[in-house]
Amino acid sequence: MLINLIVNEERRTLEVMPWVSLLDALRDRLQLTGTKKGCDHGQCGACTVLCDGKRILSCLALAVMKDGSSVTTIEGIGSEGNLHPIQTAFIEHDAFQCGYCTPGQICSVIGMLEEGKANTRDEVKELMSGNLCRCGANVGIIDAIMDVKGSTTQTTKSHTTKSYE
Amino acid sequence: MNNFIYQKVHNIAEATACCMNTPGSQYVGGGTNLIDLWKYNLIHPTSLIDLTHIDVGHDVRERDDGGLRIGAFVTNADTAYHPLIEQRYPLLSRAILAGASGQIRNMATNGGNLLQRTRCYYFYDHDLPCNKRNPGSGCPAIEGYNRMHAILGTSDDCIAVYPSDMSVALAALEAWVNVTGPNGERSIAFEQFHRLPGNTPHIENDLQAGEIITSIDLPSEGFAANYSYLKIRDRNSYAFALLSVATGLTLRDGVVTSARIALGGVAHKPWRKVDAEQFLLGKTPDEDNFRKAATILLEGARAFKHNGFKIELAHRAIVRNGLMALQPSSQLPGAQPSV
Repeated sequence: MLINLIVNEERRTLEVMPWVSLLDALRDRLQLTGTKKGCDHGQCGACTVLCDGKRILSCLALAVMKDGSSVTTIEGIGSEGNLHPIQTAFIEHDAFQCGYCTPGQICSVIGMLEEGKANTRDEVKELMSGNLCRCGANVGIIDAIMDVKGSTTQTTKSHTTKSYE
Repeated sequence: MNNFIYQKVHNIAEATACCMNTPGSQYVGGGTNLIDLWKYNLIHPTSLIDLTHIDVGHDVRERDDGGLRIGAFVTNADTAYHPLIEQRYPLLSRAILAGASGQIRNMATNGGNLLQRTRCYYFYDHDLPCNKRNPGSGCPAIEGYNRMHAILGTSDDCIAVYPSDMSVALAALEAWVNVTGPNGERSIAFEQFHRLPGNTPHIENDLQAGEIITSIDLPSEGFAANYSYLKIRDRNSYAFALLSVATGLTLRDGVVTSARIALGGVAHKPWRKVDAEQFLLGKTPDEDNFRKAATILLEGARAFKHNGFKIELAHRAIVRNGLMALQPSSQLPGAQPSV
């Protein structure tokens, strides 16, 4: 089937079979391999992209069902030398180790901030729970997000202490 | 995984005609459960009929009777964060936000949420027998590892639990499910929508061939002053419930004037018992009375080898959630499934 997508602000037309996931279409057909395939079952969040501005799991979306949509992948977010503030914060806060979950984490953070429901650190943790990090960089990830949100270091410290009690 | 064809439809007539004319076809909404089941080789649709472009069921609107009609194709996220739901049905909002993740709630539709399948690990292992997947083949969960399984309404053929959080709140709110199909429109009381397993565990709900959920109606009473949703799970977020409780109360002069208690994670459908709720009427909402209501609600509970803990857990959760419903704004730490 012929579908039209706007991927990272560029119009793309591609022929896909009905069972091709948006993830596979992005990676295998458009060579946008920044979006990662982790579990391929909607459990890990590594495949998170923004579809019409909302964070979704591209592994559970059929490409044909997204015909006409606008998709943003990690390739459309910042560039070397011109990083998105969230990318800069991830580097500053050591928010990754192997990096495999990072593209999904970054897209998820952007989507979450756009939703506007994450105000406290606890809310950020809850609303980022769909992105797993097996290296255990979660504390750095939450620190990075709170930093971007303009939270004070004090809040971060008191929370970290509390969680060890 | 099998190949399938894709059919995009724009109205109910087109959808039902597609469904009835294509043997083995399935409707798809958000796809978050269906696509996963297909990837696990558990379902083998010949065709997916995409309902997301259909011309009904995309909004949340007020009803003349003071209630609300929620479109079946509205996403879980848009439902949970809708101002009318947040203000008048916060129990529903909390329950939805207790389930899945931000990404999945952005994809999943309300109709699809009601139709999600059990997460029983024997159901998910297609190398093993399962009366849901292959009727008559047996149920390995009954003698197997059954920590997550049901304690109420089980049968000799199936002890699976139904996983939706949203549905537990809808049961407590006494919602109605509006469906349309080849034989016209009808409304199904929420209580009647999901079925107990009996000897046909592969039939999980009241939908007939070709029928589509178009919307969900909420009655005017939303229990917005006294409500609580408590979800108990192995990790604090992004996990299915071991057990959950949705409680809604109305109070006057310190006594209960109406009560709803629905349980998730304990049966093949959200579990309610009117007797338990009526027991509370005219009584003070205290620990002792909630404990007695719990005893009524859990009457007949039966444990299997690994899930005996659920019975006492359910008693305690009902009491705790009842007390939390008295002060929704100051729920106990750890009790909030989602913030």
